Amino acid sequence: MYNFEIEKPTTIDGAVAALASDEAQALAGGQTLIPTLKARLAAPEKLISLAGITALQGISTDKSGRVCIGAGVTHTGVTNEAAAYPALAALAGQIGDVAVRNRGTIGGSVANNDPSACYPAAVLASGAVVVTNTREIAADDFFDGMFTTALDEGEIVTQLRFPVPKQAAYVKFKQPASRFALVGVFVARFADGVRVAVTGASEEGVFRWSEAEKALSGDFSAKAIAGLSASADGLIGDAHGSPDYRAHLIGVLTARAVQAAG
Amino acid sequence: MTKVSLSLNGKPVSGKVEGRTLLADFLREGQGLTGTHIGCDTSQCGACLVHVNGDLVKSCTMFALEAEGCEVTTIEGVAAGDGTLSGIQDAFREHHGLQCGFCTPGMVMSTAELLKINPKPSEADIRDHLEGNICRCTGYHNIIKAIMAASGQDVSGIAAE
Repeated sequence: MYNFEIEKPTTIDGAVAALASDEAQALAGGQTLIPTLKARLAAPEKLISLAGITALQGISTDKSGRVCIGAGVTHTGVTNEAAAYPALAALAGQIGDVAVRNRGTIGGSVANNDPSACYPAAVLASGAVVVTNTREIAADDFFDGMFTTALDEGEIVTQLRFPVPKQAAYVKFKQPASRFALVGVFVARFADGVRVAVTGASEEGVFRWSEAEKALSGDFSAKAIAGLSASADGLIGDAHGSPDYRAHLIGVLTARAVQAAG
Repeated sequence: MTKVSLSLNGKPVSGKVEGRTLLADFLREGQGLTGTHIGCDTSQCGACLVHVNGDLVKSCTMFALEAEGCEVTTIEGVAAGDGTLSGIQDAFREHHGLQCGFCTPGMVMSTAELLKINPKPSEADIRDHLEGNICRCTGYHNIIKAIMAASGQDVSGIAAE
């Protein structure tokens, strides 16, 4: 690992100011960033730890019933405290392992947009809002391809606001060594329709499976999508699974998620 | 170099570290507490698990400076001051829950967190909780037996392997 300094501001404004300097990088829980630094895939001169900012903590419900989660809440925090959105709490409880969940944060995961991470599927399927220090970004406009988001340089995710669906579930097929999703599907049924988001599968990162959304909005049952098959075009092919295999998993896991949605 | 101060196994300690100094390296090289092992150094094996403010964390995936002001407990802080083993350590010894012993500090720290959250875990609960603890002797059978025993459950019907 190349050396760097660590700063620990206590306010969002302080962090934004610190991130304005060249070669500064935000550090949330570090469960992705620290391995990346060890591999010398990044060489920031300064890390700005967000862990001391109390404004990034806490889970609450707003007037419109959305579950609002501070970006600095750990996966364990979401598992234990997001009871108002059980499918989201269950997703958080399946990320990595216990120690990763105790450090990793929802804001860090969403900002990183790993193509196999779990949270992006929940954010996109729920039609959540990503709140930053400067604006609110709709989930449909936030994820912008593998490891890429709509965030500007130095912009910090401060909160995630999730509308709570009538029924929802996330099912992932774990890549057993990394425990990331080989494919993961989040299904959310709202009064005005169903949203289906797929992670782990595409070279472009998380995406919505619109054919399944249409079929499930008419009939929310596994039967409704039995005849559909996801396209393998643009899907990830690696040692763990070919594009065709991932395409097959998308159909299977979507059906399972529909069945599991309570 | 920056000064870091924290509580280590109940005692205040401080030292000078670089930004990149991992908590695991501060414990092992800075404080001489080599019970915390670095197995994979890639956040996967759990040999480096310690408790920070009561939470189980990978000390190879946290910077020493992030532990500023925290209460850190390592495997050296688990037994009583006179060397009497904790209930978990004693159960690992009694049920041969270790072979080469390299993964054991992490297993014990992980078990302590499990039993705090779930005082009578089932075998499935234990296997799920230990997902991030790798034993390359593959001695899981007796580790699970030891954890069942440490949580006061009857293991007389489970064969030794």
